[in-house]
Amino acid sequence: MELDSQPIASTSEAVPTKRLVVKVFGVGSGGLKLLSALKARSLPGVEFIAVDTELSAVMDGVTFVQVENKLLRGLGTGGDPERGRAAAEEVQSQFRSLCDGANVVILLSSFGGGAGSGISPVLARIAKEAGALVLGFVATPFDCEGKRRKAVAAEGLQEFKAVSDGVICMPNQRVFKLINQNTGLLETFTRTNDLVADAVVGLWRLLVQKGLMEIRFEELAAVLRNAKGEGACASVEASGSNRAAVAVEKLLAHPMLDASEVLNEADSLLVSLTAGADLSMFEVSRVMDGLQEKCPRAQIMIGAAVDPSFLERLAVTVIAHRKSAEDVEQSTYSSTRADVQGQMLNEPEPTKPARFVAPASSSSSDLSKTDGRPKPGMKSPRKPAPRMRQGQLPLEIVSKGRFDKSEPTIHRGEDLDVPTYIRRGISLN
Amino acid sequence: MFDPSSIIVGLEIGTSKVCAVVGELSADNALNIVGLGQARSRGVRKGEIADPVLAEEDIRQAIVEAEQMADVEIRSVYLGISGGHLRGFNNRGVHPVVSADREICEEDVQDVIKNAKAINLPAQNHVVHAIRQHFLVDGQDGITNPVGMLGARVEVDVHVIHGNLNRMQNAIRTVKGLQLDVDDIVFNGLAASLAILTNEQKELGSLVIDIGGGTTEYVVYTDGIIKHTGVLAVGGDHVSNDLAYGLKVPLSRAEQLKIEHGAAELEESVRGDVLTLAGQAGLPAKVVNLEHLRRIMSLRVDEIFQLIANDLAQADALDYLRGGVFLSGGGARIPGIARLAEDAFRMPVSVGKANSISGLRSALDQPEFATPIGLVKFGSFQQRKRKLGPGLTQGIKSTLGSFFKRS
Repeated sequence: MELDSQPIASTSEAVPTKRLVVKVFGVGSGGLKLLSALKARSLPGVEFIAVDTELSAVMDGVTFVQVENKLLRGLGTGGDPERGRAAAEEVQSQFRSLCDGANVVILLSSFGGGAGSGISPVLARIAKEAGALVLGFVATPFDCEGKRRKAVAAEGLQEFKAVSDGVICMPNQRVFKLINQNTGLLETFTRTNDLVADAVVGLWRLLVQKGLMEIRFEELAAVLRNAKGEGACASVEASGSNRAAVAVEKLLAHPMLDASEVLNEADSLLVSLTAGADLSMFEVSRVMDGLQEKCPRAQIMIGAAVDPSFLERLAVTVIAHRKSAEDVEQSTYSSTRADVQGQMLNEPEPTKPARFVAPASSSSSDLSKTDGRPKPGMKSPRKPAPRMRQGQLPLEIVSKGRFDKSEPTIHRGEDLDVPTYIRRGISLN
Repeated sequence: MFDPSSIIVGLEIGTSKVCAVVGELSADNALNIVGLGQARSRGVRKGEIADPVLAEEDIRQAIVEAEQMADVEIRSVYLGISGGHLRGFNNRGVHPVVSADREICEEDVQDVIKNAKAINLPAQNHVVHAIRQHFLVDGQDGITNPVGMLGARVEVDVHVIHGNLNRMQNAIRTVKGLQLDVDDIVFNGLAASLAILTNEQKELGSLVIDIGGGTTEYVVYTDGIIKHTGVLAVGGDHVSNDLAYGLKVPLSRAEQLKIEHGAAELEESVRGDVLTLAGQAGLPAKVVNLEHLRRIMSLRVDEIFQLIANDLAQADALDYLRGGVFLSGGGARIPGIARLAEDAFRMPVSVGKANSISGLRSALDQPEFATPIGLVKFGSFQQRKRKLGPGLTQGIKSTLGSFFKRS
């Protein structure tokens, strides 16, 4: 394949040894735990930076930045993201110099408290301004941690999404599928951290390793950019003669993919395989078939790389994400690009959307989309197809029942007489 | 036995019920609730009259009941109004003090209030309330009564509530059709807040949300004054309608389900629970998913709070609520609604109780009677003013003041 000779990103010519400068930031106490879990794995050429409001145990080979101002007095943020944000704004210049020259900045954080939720958006913005691709791995609180922390996390996530290129959200709640009644707290956290670290390693491999079938840096960025908080990332390893089947099995049961629930709903899937020189085409197809079965709707991108150190082992990393209706434009755009580069690609199957969409809002958003197209010049052969399908939705007319005859209550373009759950697209099953 | 002027009646023509409350103002100006009449409302949608004939019947029934209970003849009422057409905003009036000594007198105050009320409204709109907030004298804020102060310019902030005149007239005409006089019309949300809040809570800054059948009104007090008001034409009817649609049951059954099994929160324990409804006359037996019921309801109620919270955030009123949030109206009876509201507003929420009034205990404790009780309270304020005579003491004070000043 001619792609072989191509570097992953254009910047790689400038730095031939390390093709991409990857910097990993751990933000907040949760982020530091993730960082130390990641540190235990070998990631050559990756720079680790810890950011927190409190002084904590210094790790080897990790630059530590204490975010501090007079207000905090070295006592942390007390769970207030506003304080974290304010403090982070004061150490901007320090962040800027740290982000300088990085191609990829990976932020590890755990949202819900003050430091992670407050500092991460600021750091992401600065990293982005410095010209790096910013990816976030964000853990969100357990359900039992209370609604306030969840709300803080959701707010932080929203802000973070606005400034970063991609967010992979790891709801801690999912780890419940991995533990039982006797699992200790420490072990639970170790497990979640390990899951995140696995995913980061998988992503890193995808970024820096030269592949046989490559996923280009920009494509990865495009897929991540579309993620609307539904992004999920999982990485598994398997060995032995039956390793392809085992890997698929592990993926389908992976808690980060919500036991393949995420795959079912995924609209696009990025799969990266790494193995030793003995990787066979049969294995690749075995893995892909297994995944495709689970996500008929998804557009799949595949990358495969050979790493001599992977004796007999096969590592598979999957990044899945579900997108909202408005992303249709962009995905067709990226898939055409993929076509051009001759990559393996699966056309999305024209299936019925899983959930009911209120006719009023969907039609109006469709209309607005036709004008506000981001890339009007991009020709896409499949573009008319999804639009047609949209028109054929079972357009159930929502009866307003007793309010049918009365004056509609319109609030910012929404008809409040229509049941809330329908307008929000929440399915009842 | 009663001096007619001491009887004050509040009438609320609500979407789910018509309610008349009779109050008696004793010689020492204490208000006592002596009668209550209510009727199921059939002619009202979203707080506005949709069928005047039915509405008239219901009003008559409520009034008759109240008359019997209080043993009085009702001649005039303070009428509560609501509806999605009502709007509230703050306006400022300016008036230069022209007198030679720069002392602000009663006329200046009247003038500045008049200026503040002069608002460019669409022709069909009418001001319901223009509530005084604070005076400013030469830019100095927070003055409650500028009479007697010195200054070159006096300004006043007023909160204006206005609405479509024709739609308000509909309610007034229906009441007048029953040979009842309308003393005044009052915004329902204002009435509810009068019934519930103490002066201290008004000073601290409080939000009153009255969730009625067809509309939800809210009023924000900060520093003892009304800072913001609003109406959403969404209420308990919408919850019933959502349930009827989502659970595919008739509206009457949805209403019953809402009352018997509804809650504002989706508890973990109801997941997968079902309710079996026994067949009744004309209605077949049916199995309803309790989780769906709760989810539909919780989403709707949460949305109401979110809409209010967004509106308050936009009006910059959310940060001044140190007294918390008070709920009233039939919607306040939804189990768990206070907790849901606490999550939405992130401050303490409680179900409001009518206070500083004595009388029928049973009525005072019910959140759905806050509005009619508030109407009576509003009426009592008006009555007291009338008793004092129009600005008599004020007038004497200012004339004397200016007399002494001049001499």
